[in-house]
Amino acid sequence: MSVAMSRAVSIDIEGINLSYGSTHVLKDVDLAISPGEFFAFLGPSGCGKTTLLRLIAGFAQAQTGRVKLDGQDVAGLPPWKRDVGMVFQSYALWPHMTVAQNVAFGLEERRRPRAEIDARVAKALELVGLSDYAQRRPAQLSGGQQQRVALARTIAIEPKVLLLDEPLSNLDARMRVSVRRELRALQQRLGLTTIFVTHDQEEANTISDRIAVMNAGTIQQVGTPMELYERPANLFVASFLGSANILDGSAGVAVPAGQKLVFRPQHAALAPVAGATMSGPVTHREFLGATVRYGVRVGASEVLVDSPFQSGGELHGVGDTVGVMLPEQRRLYLPA
Amino acid sequence: MAIADAPLTGSRSTGAALLALAIGLFLIVFLVVPVGTVIYVAFTEKGGGGFTLVNFLDFARTDLFVRSFWNSIYVSAMTVLWSSAFALPLAYLTTRFEFRGTALVQTLGFLPLVMPPFVGAVAMQLLFGRNGTVNLLLDEWFDFKIGFMEGLNGVIFLQAIHYFPFILVNLSAALRNIDRAMEEAAQNLGSHGLRLFRRIALPLALPGYVAGASLVFVKVFDDVASPLLLNVKEMLAPQAYLRITSIGIDDPMGYVIAVVLIVIAVATMWASAWVLQGKDYATTQRGGGGLARRKLTRPQSIAAYALVVFILALVLAPHLGLLLLSLATVWSFSPLPDGYTIAHYARVLGDSSVYITNTLLYSGMAAAIDVVLGGAIAYLVLRTRLPGRSALDWGAGAALAVPGVVLGIGYLRAFYGVKLPDGTPLAALWIMIVLAIAIRRLPYALRAAYAALQQISLSLEEAAENLGATKARTVRRIVIPLMTGGLLAGFVTSFATAAVELSAVLMLVQNNSDAPLSYGLYVLMQTPAGRGAGAALGVIAVLIVAICMGASQLLADRSQRARGLDI
Repeated sequence: MSVAMSRAVSIDIEGINLSYGSTHVLKDVDLAISPGEFFAFLGPSGCGKTTLLRLIAGFAQAQTGRVKLDGQDVAGLPPWKRDVGMVFQSYALWPHMTVAQNVAFGLEERRRPRAEIDARVAKALELVGLSDYAQRRPAQLSGGQQQRVALARTIAIEPKVLLLDEPLSNLDARMRVSVRRELRALQQRLGLTTIFVTHDQEEANTISDRIAVMNAGTIQQVGTPMELYERPANLFVASFLGSANILDGSAGVAVPAGQKLVFRPQHAALAPVAGATMSGPVTHREFLGATVRYGVRVGASEVLVDSPFQSGGELHGVGDTVGVMLPEQRRLYLPA
Repeated sequence: MAIADAPLTGSRSTGAALLALAIGLFLIVFLVVPVGTVIYVAFTEKGGGGFTLVNFLDFARTDLFVRSFWNSIYVSAMTVLWSSAFALPLAYLTTRFEFRGTALVQTLGFLPLVMPPFVGAVAMQLLFGRNGTVNLLLDEWFDFKIGFMEGLNGVIFLQAIHYFPFILVNLSAALRNIDRAMEEAAQNLGSHGLRLFRRIALPLALPGYVAGASLVFVKVFDDVASPLLLNVKEMLAPQAYLRITSIGIDDPMGYVIAVVLIVIAVATMWASAWVLQGKDYATTQRGGGGLARRKLTRPQSIAAYALVVFILALVLAPHLGLLLLSLATVWSFSPLPDGYTIAHYARVLGDSSVYITNTLLYSGMAAAIDVVLGGAIAYLVLRTRLPGRSALDWGAGAALAVPGVVLGIGYLRAFYGVKLPDGTPLAALWIMIVLAIAIRRLPYALRAAYAALQQISLSLEEAAENLGATKARTVRRIVIPLMTGGLLAGFVTSFATAAVELSAVLMLVQNNSDAPLSYGLYVLMQTPAGRGAGAALGVIAVLIVAICMGASQLLADRSQRARGLDI
């Protein structure tokens, strides 16, 4: 099948600095993305992740640095000559064209023969399961279907790489889970190097091979979802991926100067006060299903502790003084 | 709940129903009856016989009328073409590229409202005519002349300069509303340059373009005074006026022409609605942040500025010409006036000042009527479930399709037979001029009222009712205060544009002492001796309108900011 034949390419980003006026949006960004990898840019809004994506597509110009696709510098190329497929957050389906016309657009711009265009449009629509919707207008489709048309439109041109700008943000919660599985499956079948921009850590964790966590225009850490969770490089990564307790020495636990103690709520356990790592009164209790999350006031800080929920098991109430047990191997010290 | 609500609903609908009835009656008497009379006369035998099509046959057999018809079509179409040629590059330039003249170009959008084409017609003749400034200079320097103002070309040139901003404003707004991802997606898939414009930007902006273009077509087709001032008589709207004024109100041909004018106006609007069916993309697009404007290369930049300066010069030419003419002692067969004087201003502010006071009186009354009617209709349509409320909306909006000259003829015919106790016909009363202007401007005031009311969240009214205010008191204490800014802006706009309304007025003025400024200007401009004074009146009109438009803009902005209402 022609759509799936494209050879995967690498993306290399070297020493990128980008400013809009006095705002420094991207600072010394370096990244190496392997061929066929599903890669996520993860970070809060305004961290520069979308700008970095737009830079790869040619919609932004960096003051310094290089973007290489398959080893080739693409600096001088305008967006229409880059052959990188981008799926926009709003999908950007053209309302004056049918689904089939939308998908055919890129091939028409490449002056392909009509017969080839028709065949590839049919193939692309089949791939996303929308063959029966070719003659519809975008406005007649549901959000999930529009998203798939946008995807079909992009992969129909057999781009070198696929860029997805928050593709799930306009879908409702249930759709998001199924669409992200479909996306992952499709990417695996096509073997396309793919970059996925999101501010949602769960999305990034479930879909991607590796993640670059970004904040304030810089890359904080690059790694697999598990590496980032287990061994965050700094406090930002630790707190952005999942819940983390971050304590200084005032909590009564020894913390080296200039560092903070970091641990996950599920890695601590409630224990009798005697012999516990730290202790204090319960400030609140949340039932999360499999676990019960307690807030415990320790010194000036509040520590979150997850306790497995057992039906009939005993629960602590607000105000009870409890101990918190934290095994040595679960303690992570990060620079403050 | 339901029981407690019942009596309230009863009293509420009685008040609203009475209001609706009164407005309906007003629209019937002053819009439906006059226009109906025109149509009725066109289809009856002369002297009050039965139904006939013979008048239309006569129309089709008269060379003059057929020629006038095609001339009008030609002039309107060519005006749309030239207006588009001016507006398209300007709109694309100012919405898609980093360009410093953007604010200046977009301000041009208000110029046609400031000065309708007939005001500057004579000045344009003096600047661009066979022996006008430009041709005298061309002749002297390069030994040739250009027939800018010859015959129909003159009308096209004048109208295109005045009306292209209608297309510019609509098209620019449409281009600005396109989600930038729409064009980026096309670039990402390999499209750029003119192809990108043709395949994506233009189709998406088409609704805005068609709205502007159809407006221009209808306005040019219905214009009576501009062709006449350029001495072009063989066009349809001027023929209607000439026929009625020279042969009399019993001659059926004037009415037949009036019906043709209505049909063309309605057909144009219908055609534009048909073209745009299902193409209202604005609602289906999510806003995509600000547009990424592209940079111009140096040669492109130079070409862009040259184009803007050229078009600016054309647009300002009638204004400049008018100012020169109003200050000129004698101006003919020379590039510039022979000498300068303020005698013309002394004259129009002295013995001709009645024109100005009449204009202020008529426009003020008409604008007041419009704001009251517009506000009431907007409320009835948006906030009540009164049966027939959409008929009011439709009726008020229908005034858009009625050319001024047709309304004027209708008033003459419908109200001439109605005599006052002292024997003067109702149609000769100056109040008729006010009512005709009010009907003509009503659609614009209505639009302002809709905008003002739509910005008020329904929950503000519900909160008042929840705290015990009746419907009537809620309107008085919540709705009207919140609408004031928008309505005031609507009043000022109506007032300003009413001040330069001519085509209906032309039919209804019976003697000079009742005439508004626009009529005085038209009469004075007919003779070389009156031109200076006419131009002085024109400058005064332009000033009145410009000040009002500025004030209206200021009011709308301020009231919006003061109340923290977002558009």
